Amino acid sequence: MHGQNNGLLTEYFCKIYHNTMLITEVASKIEGRVVCCENKAAGEVEYAFSSDLMSDVLKVERENVLLITGLANLQVIRTSEMSDINCIVIARNKKLNSEIIKLATENGIVLIESPYSVFRISGELYKAGIKPLF
Amino acid sequence: MQYRYKIAGGDFSNAGAVASSVKKTLRQLNIDHRLSKRIVIALYEGEVNVVAHAYSGIIDIDIDHERIKIRITDKGPGIVDIAKAMEEGYSTASTQVREMGFGAGMGLSNMKKNSDSMQITSEPGIGTVVELTTYLNGNEG
Repeated sequence: MHGQNNGLLTEYFCKIYHNTMLITEVASKIEGRVVCCENKAAGEVEYAFSSDLMSDVLKVERENVLLITGLANLQVIRTSEMSDINCIVIARNKKLNSEIIKLATENGIVLIESPYSVFRISGELYKAGIKPLF
Repeated sequence: MQYRYKIAGGDFSNAGAVASSVKKTLRQLNIDHRLSKRIVIALYEGEVNVVAHAYSGIIDIDIDHERIKIRITDKGPGIVDIAKAMEEGYSTASTQVREMGFGAGMGLSNMKKNSDSMQITSEPGIGTVVELTTYLNGNEG
């Protein structure tokens, strides 16, 4: 009970004082399942970027950015590693193989699988206050 | 400090391994975070280019107190028209490369943007050499 209250309090402070959202809350809004690095799911995100084009993702300069993508391959993880993105939402429950999960785990990147489309994930998170980059 | 890495063309599962390794080295050297991000992004794009277009490649990294030099030498089809290849949106990438999330014709311009100087020389049918230099001003290297 105590832990739950703490969680709600953290969520409240994120929203009010930092304009950010906890990764656990992101997951709950999109029927998401955290696949790896659950221990980092207490982190916060402020911005999100939806793209299947990795060269475009490499242009992202901000921190605390969430990547929403329909791609499920190693390059998504490598690109996120280089761009300092620490949370990725994979749309439409694409199959993540063990190699992808291993690389994400090594780099401390939280992977979330969601049954929703890129469009719906973006819409839900935008509505919830996550900011766009451009 | 000098490092040399070999890359196999078409080896998509390892594309980015060199940039990842260099990123760790730069962190150990306490290179400014933003500067390090620019360097590894340029390197990563270059690495993907070799995997995507060439048969094999070698990446030489040379770091001293002032600057980092990255030389990417590949054996491959080369670039016939470098000016054209530099244009955003122009690409000769295969469907496989595009499925990986690349091949939109942004790689070379991303590399140029994320380095202080970039030089490309290429011989069609032989290969391409890309040299990137970035200055580490204010850092102890």
